[in-house]
Amino acid sequence: INMAMAGIVRHVSSLLSNKSSIIAGCIKRPLNIRLLHTSFSLFSSDDVSPRGPAYTTSMSGACIPANPEKLCPIYRILDNNGKILNTSEDPKLSNDLLLNLYENMVTLQIMDQYLYRAQRMGAISFYMTNFGEEGTHFGSAAALDPNDVVYAQYREAGVLMWRGFSLDDIMNQCFSNMLEGGKGRQMPVHYGSKALNFHYISSPLATQMPQAPGYAFGLKQSGSKNCVICYFGDGAAQEGDAHASMNFAATLGCPVIFMCRNNGYAISTPIEDQYAGDGIVRRGLGYGMEAIRVDGNDILAMYNATTYARKVCVEEHRPVLIEAMTYRLGSHSTSDDQEQYQDMEQVEYWRRNLYPATRLKLYLIEKEIWDEEKEEELAKRVDREIKASFQKARKVKKSPIDEMFNDVYDVPSKRLLQQQQELWNHLDKYGQHYPIDNYAPSKK
Amino acid sequence: MAWTNRILSVSRGTGIRLSSVLLNEIRHASSNPSSIFTPNPPPVEGPTSEKNLVEAIRSAIDIAMDDDHTAAVFGEDVAFGGVFRCTVGLKEKYGQERVFNTPLSEQGIVAFAIGLAAQGSTAIAEIQFADYIHPAFDQVVNEAAKFRYRCGGEFSCGRMTVRAPYGAVGHGGHYHSQSVEGFYAHVPGLKVVIPRGPSQAKGLLLSAIRDDNPVFFFEPKGLYRAAVEQVPDSDYTIPLSQAEVITEGTDVTLVGYGTQIQVLRQVCQMANDELKVRCELIDLRTILPWDVETIAKSVCKTGKLVVAHEAPLTAGFAAEICSTIQNECFLNLEAPIQRVCGWDTPFPLVFEPFYLPDKYRCLEAVKRVINY
Repeated sequence: INMAMAGIVRHVSSLLSNKSSIIAGCIKRPLNIRLLHTSFSLFSSDDVSPRGPAYTTSMSGACIPANPEKLCPIYRILDNNGKILNTSEDPKLSNDLLLNLYENMVTLQIMDQYLYRAQRMGAISFYMTNFGEEGTHFGSAAALDPNDVVYAQYREAGVLMWRGFSLDDIMNQCFSNMLEGGKGRQMPVHYGSKALNFHYISSPLATQMPQAPGYAFGLKQSGSKNCVICYFGDGAAQEGDAHASMNFAATLGCPVIFMCRNNGYAISTPIEDQYAGDGIVRRGLGYGMEAIRVDGNDILAMYNATTYARKVCVEEHRPVLIEAMTYRLGSHSTSDDQEQYQDMEQVEYWRRNLYPATRLKLYLIEKEIWDEEKEEELAKRVDREIKASFQKARKVKKSPIDEMFNDVYDVPSKRLLQQQQELWNHLDKYGQHYPIDNYAPSKK
Repeated sequence: MAWTNRILSVSRGTGIRLSSVLLNEIRHASSNPSSIFTPNPPPVEGPTSEKNLVEAIRSAIDIAMDDDHTAAVFGEDVAFGGVFRCTVGLKEKYGQERVFNTPLSEQGIVAFAIGLAAQGSTAIAEIQFADYIHPAFDQVVNEAAKFRYRCGGEFSCGRMTVRAPYGAVGHGGHYHSQSVEGFYAHVPGLKVVIPRGPSQAKGLLLSAIRDDNPVFFFEPKGLYRAAVEQVPDSDYTIPLSQAEVITEGTDVTLVGYGTQIQVLRQVCQMANDELKVRCELIDLRTILPWDVETIAKSVCKTGKLVVAHEAPLTAGFAAEICSTIQNECFLNLEAPIQRVCGWDTPFPLVFEPFYLPDKYRCLEAVKRVINY
């Protein structure tokens, strides 16, 4: 046991002396979990059980309290007014990158407003906004490699935009037209892109989570230097799939960053009704996984946390959990009205004082690379581009009707082809009752 | 049956009286379908070896892993060889990065398979009993089945195969005997395959693994050791979505799959001997998408159909076959289609002999259509 302990001490001190990460000094590297595992040995004594842990004769010594003495702190380096709180933590991003981040955040915000109104006017069937959470998207996306694979929930449009998903791409998806990758088979905001390594959104919550370790395991086996990032919300984190995902990732050594957007609400359900413990971050310990709680509205802290997590994933094949504390400023979707359950004073407080784009803007102004004139120009340009993209997308027809029968399998089954023929025969007789003109012509 | 004969001869030799319970067991062992297995002829030419169902399945997985270096086999207890020994020796041969245990979570296992397959590797997942696949239902129905469709074919998880033992085993009760093909047959995007014996299993499993769609492969656990055949040593596949006419006949069409084929073989014999009725026996092999043509062609010829499966009657897969065939062959039918299935109860332990669609119940169904 003494030799094992000496080994652990040596291992820990070598980890702590590793200064290659910008925040190595601030984040405690964990002990290699496998050295401390409840396994089996042929050694036991009055002090140590053959299962590994030490014995204690006082129950309180073996008791882990239900609630910690204090909540896990939140890592942030930009204050509410855009001032850097700890210069040694400043990632010192280039001006180009910072401006790019800011412009994207503004674009997303304006686009969300536009598409929300478009749904209200009946132009598109459904929409979900990202208000208040743009920091979680761009801060994390900017720290990733373009070939890192993304699994997401539905409120991560910024991640896709950062990768290169254009306004046209978003509009096409929202209009469910024939230019959309999914061929209009799913509702708006169920976007994705193979070229941009972003899996398609599906409505059931947390189902993407246990797939992430599977994908990551394959990446690891192939010798890839990329990782997987998996976004999910505070509500989705309660699903059984979330538990399975983290346990599998940690146990099988899968390079996954689990990114929880804790925005305080799952539709109308506040976090008080969602969990009793200290949020999601502390669950990492239960799975043997390192976890970081970060200010989701501090784009620089998000960048740093994601950079660190990525390094651990890629170099050590260990998953990392990040809980990004943020706040959902809008309703859940166009089918929801936040005023029914959210304290609008609270919403206004967060919008006025903690808005991620605002904090970044103040930081840019301080750096003298932004001003109100540029702000006006940006807003005008973005507005113009969004309007143009919108008008273009709404004119595009829907996919040809035969696309309803494709991609069920790699090759349509006999029965599907028969059913397709049945539909054609039906439309030959009753076609005038169907909106056929809205669809591009089929091969038939 | 070796064990029954041995016990009877020991009893006779030593004069030890057997209890009435044991005598009943022995008497009914002859009607236990698992104890009577008629070997199938090898589906392809070439050298063969004697293998049981477990060994045939293992051979298929071994070939798949040898052939495809991205292939991985995983699930609960897979590393030491699996509770049914289907993966014995594979970890030693391919290493623990390719043959490994997962934590105990079926939703995790199936989702892991989806993710691994999406990455481009070949994922062969094992669920310990089909009865336990239900926690993964969401992943199967909402994710695996819709994966390719929802993204216009940009992504796919076609390289995944999920294997699970299904069906009656004599003592399994509610949770070790279920047939679940009915649930998954209803999901567009999946394939469901059920082999009737070792040489069929090897060829069908290799097809399933190589098919670029998520395939659910249900193995008749009652036949794992009882079914022994000459299985070709080579790498061969049997096409999916093709039913097989095992015995040609003119009077009645019998359709089944998996273990039920053994029962129906006996029914063919009994019908021939007792009723001079020549049955055409068809093994469906693939439940989804199923081979309507072969069944329809047969029923148009015979005019009479009996479908049998262990799964409960109501909304079981036989209902789908009946509906389709009455539409395809309405004017050729000479009698209502008969279904012989498990009763609409959870699978009972002590009542198993009365629950299963055994040869006597199936023979009765044949008589009903013949005499209609």
